[in-house]
Amino acid sequence: MPTDATTPTADDLTRRSAAELATALAAGEVSSVEVTRAHLDRIAAVDGGERGVHAFLHVAAEAALAAAGAVDTARAAGEELPPLAGVPVAVKDVMTTVGMPTTCGSRILSGWVPPYDATVVRRLRDARLVILGKTNMDEFAMGSSTEHSAYGPTRNPWDLDRIPGGSGGGSAAAVAAFEAPLATGTDTGGSIRQPAAVTGTVGVKPTYGGVSRYGIVAMASSLDQPGPCGRTVLDTALLHEVMAGYDPMDSTSLTDPVPPVVEAARQGDVAGMRIAVVRELSGDGYQDGVRARFSEAVDALVDAGAKVVEVSCPSFTAALGAYYLIMPSEVSSNLARFDAMRYGLRVPPEGVADPTAEQVMCATRAAGFGAEVKRRIILGTYALSSGYYDAYYGSAQKVRTLIQRDFAAAFAEADVVVSPTAPTTAFRLGEKLDDPLAMYLNDVATIPVNLAGLPGMSLPAGLADEDGLPVGLQIVAPARADDRLYRVGAALERVLLARWGGPLLDRAPALATAEVTR
Amino acid sequence: MSAISREEVAHLAMLARIDLAPEELDLMADQLGVILDAVAQVQKVATEDVPATSHPIPLTNVTRPDVPRPGLTAEEALSGAPAAEDQRFRVPRILEED
Repeated sequence: MPTDATTPTADDLTRRSAAELATALAAGEVSSVEVTRAHLDRIAAVDGGERGVHAFLHVAAEAALAAAGAVDTARAAGEELPPLAGVPVAVKDVMTTVGMPTTCGSRILSGWVPPYDATVVRRLRDARLVILGKTNMDEFAMGSSTEHSAYGPTRNPWDLDRIPGGSGGGSAAAVAAFEAPLATGTDTGGSIRQPAAVTGTVGVKPTYGGVSRYGIVAMASSLDQPGPCGRTVLDTALLHEVMAGYDPMDSTSLTDPVPPVVEAARQGDVAGMRIAVVRELSGDGYQDGVRARFSEAVDALVDAGAKVVEVSCPSFTAALGAYYLIMPSEVSSNLARFDAMRYGLRVPPEGVADPTAEQVMCATRAAGFGAEVKRRIILGTYALSSGYYDAYYGSAQKVRTLIQRDFAAAFAEADVVVSPTAPTTAFRLGEKLDDPLAMYLNDVATIPVNLAGLPGMSLPAGLADEDGLPVGLQIVAPARADDRLYRVGAALERVLLARWGGPLLDRAPALATAEVTR
Repeated sequence: MSAISREEVAHLAMLARIDLAPEELDLMADQLGVILDAVAQVQKVATEDVPATSHPIPLTNVTRPDVPRPGLTAEEALSGAPAAEDQRFRVPRILEED
């Protein structure tokens, strides 16, 4: 079919960046309803069915079109609108949303519609973004593959038989499959960055406290941090700016002004910057193709004017251990709220006439939680028990101090620290499901960043030779210096895009419509 | 290997208020043993002289002005309740029969 050059086709609209869409919307070249409809059509074409991407748990088509229509009306009336007004966004299902279910990928919250919006969601609505729906995730954000979702896994748009990462695999896959230009995520041990790495997209975990946790169903409160997902560094910065900022409803929210992330993403200059490579995060256990693309990306940063130093962070070898004590401990406490009394599932125990509240609680939690959630609650209960507390939880908190010291030493020599985001490319669905420890190891490079509360970004570094799948590079900055991620990320992105001759996602084989439609 | 017995898992499950089936107890005991082995390395590096960190970004005495403002209505608060009656959560009995 011949296309009219002056009328954008639906395919064009879904392939545009959020920044491009914002410009076209502001100039009146396209309406938000057209943009929203194009993305809803794309979701309908690629998300459902046996072999669909399954990035979404809930698509709010009607509400999205209404919000888009309201933006178009306001614009036509000459109203001053925020920069991303009318641009669609997908929301991770761990964030509460009025009028849309919030399940956290769990059976225990099946069908629950919260009575209030998370602060992040409120900010998206205030900035007039159009919420397309809620994205799939590992149950309560516990996992690295989305296979722990009670509603079935999300598939990686690069290869439908592979995992899209986790826990935010739905958000990353939605962005990678052009179902949404932007999405929100949460990152406790890598849940934004590892999915970004394995889907060839960009994801940022801000400094702890940079984005409000109010209304985000808690997993591990001292580690959880919401952040943006997108296809470009600039898009991610634009969403970061909308999401971030002080919130009196979150007592751990930072009062500092939001770092100048958008300005940094537009500049993207690394001349004279010092970049540290961590010896402990690139050797054994890292796939050949991951190491090759990582070291080429570091060379590209040198070409762009950066200086590279090697640093050692010896305590990182204990980070995974510390994380798998601290996180489950906090999980066991946070998930106590699912008690079958005030909201969510209530299952009566079998064969008990007139059961007690406690019996109902035990039966409901047995039926409502999946295996990984149960495993972590029990592990946390163990780590916090008297007699084991000092040896496990207490020691893990000390390791946290050592990791902070290692990062502080690295930042004495460098402005940012870089590493591969994940040791491997996307593994196959089912491959690590029976081996929890193997699954945990995929987060070995992202976990130290959460333990130290630092900001981190993952962006595409290329495709591994052995499997043709995306490799992510992680950038870590000191606390409150989130803008450095965007400065370095944008510089690297520019060099790599020139080298590749266009976005990496243009080369994703499974993204061709024929492959993803059932 | 850090052995964790089936009985210990059953006790922890009771504390966590999760009914576990017999086969879940066995699997969980095995898996927790493997995980605890892997995490035990924290004890080697966490020496006496290292202080603990409970929170990544130090914050003290966080308060906000105590200003009354509207909260959820009873209807909103009860909107997700498994059972409600007379504007209250209706729950199973909390006492054992005597």
